[in-house]
Amino acid sequence: MIVPLSHVLAFAAAMFFMGLGCVLARRNLIMILIGVEVMINGAGLAFVGASAFWQQINGQVLVVLLMALTSAEVSISLAMVVYLQRRRGNLEADNYNEMHG
Amino acid sequence: MATVLFYILASTALVATLLCVTRRNPVHAVVYLVNAFFALALLFYMLGAPLVAAWEVIIYAGAIMVLFLFIIMMLHLAPVEARPAPNWRRWGPVLLLSFVLVSSSVLLMSVDTAAHGGVGSFYASPRQFGYTLFKEYALAVEIVSFQLLFAAVGAYFVGREDWGEGRKGGRK
Repeated sequence: MIVPLSHVLAFAAAMFFMGLGCVLARRNLIMILIGVEVMINGAGLAFVGASAFWQQINGQVLVVLLMALTSAEVSISLAMVVYLQRRRGNLEADNYNEMHG
Repeated sequence: MATVLFYILASTALVATLLCVTRRNPVHAVVYLVNAFFALALLFYMLGAPLVAAWEVIIYAGAIMVLFLFIIMMLHLAPVEARPAPNWRRWGPVLLLSFVLVSSSVLLMSVDTAAHGGVGSFYASPRQFGYTLFKEYALAVEIVSFQLLFAAVGAYFVGREDWGEGRKGGRK
């Protein structure tokens, strides 16, 4: 390890929480998806750091599975973005409150 | 040297992410996010994961971000602005981040970090990686491939043009 694991984990946590803040604070659906991307990358960095710390390759394999998961998530959620923009004409999350959650 | 480079790249990624999540224009956010992913790929390489680093660039920065840009352009989501003159307040951060990233990669390529005792002892070669992925995690690979197939079918279903119009008595 070139740096202590705690520094890698702190960096990953900072990245994760920036993405979380983006998801919670922004109201544009595209920006929410970008926040999800940032969060997933923070988690991936934690996996790779742990993989280097324990000298095991499993963490890296998990990151690759995470990438496949992300591409599936992005493809389907961008298709929903296209659907909402065409049918409803806006992408502000506050306008979709039919369920009164 | 590798330790210093690690902290430089980590702060680059953090600054790029911070700039990304605070942008109003989604195109600018995507450009900053590509910078952050590039820095993350270099970090992955330094942590002994060269194959994951390559895929980070190819899949995240290459495919997914281009998909985002494609959707933003297709739906005209970015605010229309006049052709911007070279404006250092706008171009400065991204040029600085890219400069840091390019010089870090050149440094990583030119200096043999292993000779300086900088790189950790752990290094997962692509051969080892593929062996683990397809031997121990074969079931996971199958499940993920099914998931990708379902996602493709679902995206096609959600994105089709004739929603509800082709069906008689269907829900509108």
